[in-house]
Amino acid sequence: MKKPLLFFAFAVALGVAVDQGTGPFVQLILIYIVINMMLAMSLNLVNGFTGQFSLGHAGFMATGAYSSAYLSTVLPHFGGAGQLFDFALLAFLGGLSAAVAGLLVGLPSLRLRGDYLAIVTLGFGEIIRVILLNTPAVGGARGMYGIQGPQDLNLGGIAISRFLWAFTQASGWAVLCFFVLWRLIRSQQGRHFLAVREDEIAADAMGVDTTRTKVLAFVISSFFAGVAGSLFAHYANYLNPASFAFTRSVDVVIMVVLGGMGSLTGSLFAAAFITILPELLRPLQEQTGIDLRMVIYSLTLIVLMILRPQGLMGSREFQWGWLGKWWPQPRPKAES
Amino acid sequence: MKPILETKNLTIQFGGLKAVDSVDLSVYPGQLVGLIGPNGAGKTTVFNLLTSVYKPTSGQVFFNGEDTQDLKPFELARKGIARTFQNIRLFKELSVLENVLVASTAQVDYSMWGACVRSAHFLSQEKKLEEFGLKLLQIFNLETKAHHLAGSLPYGEQRKLEIVRALATGPKLICLDEPAAGLNHQETHDLMLTVAKIRKDFNLAVLLIEHDMKLVMGICERIFVLDHGVKICEGTAREVQSSPKVIEAYLGPQEDT
Amino acid sequence: MADFLQHLINGLSLGSIYALIALGYTMVYGVLQLINFAHSDVYMIGAFAAYYTARLTGLDHNPGVGTLCVLLIGSMVTCALVGLAIERLAYRPMRNSPKLNILITAIGVSLFLQYTAQIIFGADPKVFPPVLQDAVLFEVAGVPLKLLDITVLVVTLVMMMALRFLIYQTKVGRAMRAVSTNLKVASLLGVNTDRVISLTFALGSALAGVGSVLVGMKYPKLEPFMGMMIGLKAFVAAVLGGIGNLQGAVIGGLLMGLSEEMVVGYFSSTYRDALAFGLLIGILIFRPAGLLGKNGVEKV
Repeated sequence: MKKPLLFFAFAVALGVAVDQGTGPFVQLILIYIVINMMLAMSLNLVNGFTGQFSLGHAGFMATGAYSSAYLSTVLPHFGGAGQLFDFALLAFLGGLSAAVAGLLVGLPSLRLRGDYLAIVTLGFGEIIRVILLNTPAVGGARGMYGIQGPQDLNLGGIAISRFLWAFTQASGWAVLCFFVLWRLIRSQQGRHFLAVREDEIAADAMGVDTTRTKVLAFVISSFFAGVAGSLFAHYANYLNPASFAFTRSVDVVIMVVLGGMGSLTGSLFAAAFITILPELLRPLQEQTGIDLRMVIYSLTLIVLMILRPQGLMGSREFQWGWLGKWWPQPRPKAES
Repeated sequence: MKPILETKNLTIQFGGLKAVDSVDLSVYPGQLVGLIGPNGAGKTTVFNLLTSVYKPTSGQVFFNGEDTQDLKPFELARKGIARTFQNIRLFKELSVLENVLVASTAQVDYSMWGACVRSAHFLSQEKKLEEFGLKLLQIFNLETKAHHLAGSLPYGEQRKLEIVRALATGPKLICLDEPAAGLNHQETHDLMLTVAKIRKDFNLAVLLIEHDMKLVMGICERIFVLDHGVKICEGTAREVQSSPKVIEAYLGPQEDT
Repeated sequence: MADFLQHLINGLSLGSIYALIALGYTMVYGVLQLINFAHSDVYMIGAFAAYYTARLTGLDHNPGVGTLCVLLIGSMVTCALVGLAIERLAYRPMRNSPKLNILITAIGVSLFLQYTAQIIFGADPKVFPPVLQDAVLFEVAGVPLKLLDITVLVVTLVMMMALRFLIYQTKVGRAMRAVSTNLKVASLLGVNTDRVISLTFALGSALAGVGSVLVGMKYPKLEPFMGMMIGLKAFVAAVLGGIGNLQGAVIGGLLMGLSEEMVVGYFSSTYRDALAFGLLIGILIFRPAGLLGKNGVEKV
């Protein structure tokens, strides 16, 4: 339990610093970074560690976001410090609904070959979007306004801003996501995920229930995508089906590929980078008047796949020892 | 004593081609059996049928008296049939030890929750698992390379690793598909000794596909010969060697002298 | 009855176009086992190529058969070139990469084409030039047969016959069939697989170009993302018929067009697009090999 708590404490400290030292724009970016980290890590479980190609992650995020937002209008609220419980519960329920969606989508589709699975998941993501577009109860095409979110609050004399609240929650979930995935992967279940990725037929022959393994990866991944969706909904206070289009799924795929399919820490770095990238490119956009971002994204994808398909970190994880050297060490091969 | 593995009229048809045609096989517990025949005879197809990778068009496979018709490959593996592959199918990006551990699921009983909180039970089981894996690797002299990438091993050692991995599932019957392919004489001889040893130490039945006749005739107690999907002979090494049908299958029709 | 015939004609017309585009997907899948995500965007470029061809040649207010031919040529040539470029620059370097990586590249190419088109052509929709007079040729059983619909059917028929001739009666076509059966063996037997693959891309893309002109005749709106919906439907059609199978692509296309037309005509038009998604998921779950495809068994 030590490490996760340490990381969480660090995140909170960072949150306080950002809260005091910067304005709402930077704060928004930071929340988005954390949300994207969760999306990237969870997708990496399916695409990177289990070797299945899911192109519908936005659909699961949308499921979580809308479920959570809708539930927040029907469930009773606790004011003040009870907010913590409120939004944690909502995030959990959002994740749960997304997990159920993951189960429903995964069970019939996971016996399909790579490209076909990609198409089906893409289709699912689009279907969710179309359903949401045509559901007046959640705002349809105009979107859902005025979603409840964390409020500024006063805890025994200490003022906690809405940002700090939200950031603490988001970081808590992100740390949870990271450690759950990290530890699962380094267990027998994790070996099953990897075995399915490496060679499904051999895995079957070695007693691995490949279908259950794939569905499990899907469900866990969708759960965290749903949580991310919920966090997004309650911070932005507004949802629109357009934010969950195929482009959003592609964004997450880019993060996973860029960071390295099979590297959790890689996903963290890539998520942060991709979130900040549009802002870095903004001066270019303002100068030239054209929005080059998607063009750059797509070119990056192509070039990355041709020249460096393993992305930034391949399947290696960041090691603290690297801070002492300049370049990561290759994995030990033959030692004679 | 009942056979541990038995097939009755096992047949599979791909389009118009009967790759395996009404084959009857049996393997008794602890027996070392060979399956031979010219290339394309259907030997690997039989393996695939035995391990439920293919479903037979007709006929049955019985493992420990149980019809394997509705079992999925992984269920069958858990019941005690393990195999290696003609073209090596190791988990290349995993380490040698990890390859073995994947197959060791039977030894694991911690839950995912336990894994996530790193419970004491999880930690002790993982330790035991690692010991178990290393011990298995030792039999084949691979324990020094436990943390190397499986894909980086030389060919002969990859073949050995496949066998270790199959052993890790705790099988009662192990099916080896051309384990000596690509090995030189010395390596083949070592393999022979190792196969005999694991048969004894692990109380296994072994079903072996091989082209290396010295290996087959050297260790197999019983041999089945397949040609064009049909069983053409079964018996001891001597009986098979002197069977005219077998000679014809391998060498072509004999001319009258 | 007249209604039904009208829907039938519309469905065949629409289905022919789907078939043309589906052929492109299926041909590429046949030789490379790759789902060319970018195909729908090549279609889009074909439409814009026709638009600019009309403007450059001053034919943009001149409907007639001559204009039709000029636009077809302009579109087909441009599409073929774009298809060749994509294959050469993005897919050929990935020939030996894992399938997943190639799929990602295909998505990248698709997005690249869409957003570059948006920058070059601008996001505001353009209007396709009038290609033929919207006239009624004659009536059958009380149903007016429009010139446009007849043209679609005729052009499609001509293209398919040409394709059929190429693939089954020429040496090049035989090479294509060899490569789609087994690339490695074909190359061992002396087939220049790179050239064959390039040709496949060029042909498939050219057909998409034809499709874009035919669509432009009836539905003149042009914008950079116009390929997505029709591309998806054509892809579903290809899968429905059995991806990799040429006859399947045609049958799938016609079925797709007919069923879409029937759903719109007899149920409601809001479900027009959902039909495609629903069909796709249904096929993949119940019969992934499609109508004419074979269920391959992986050799272990």
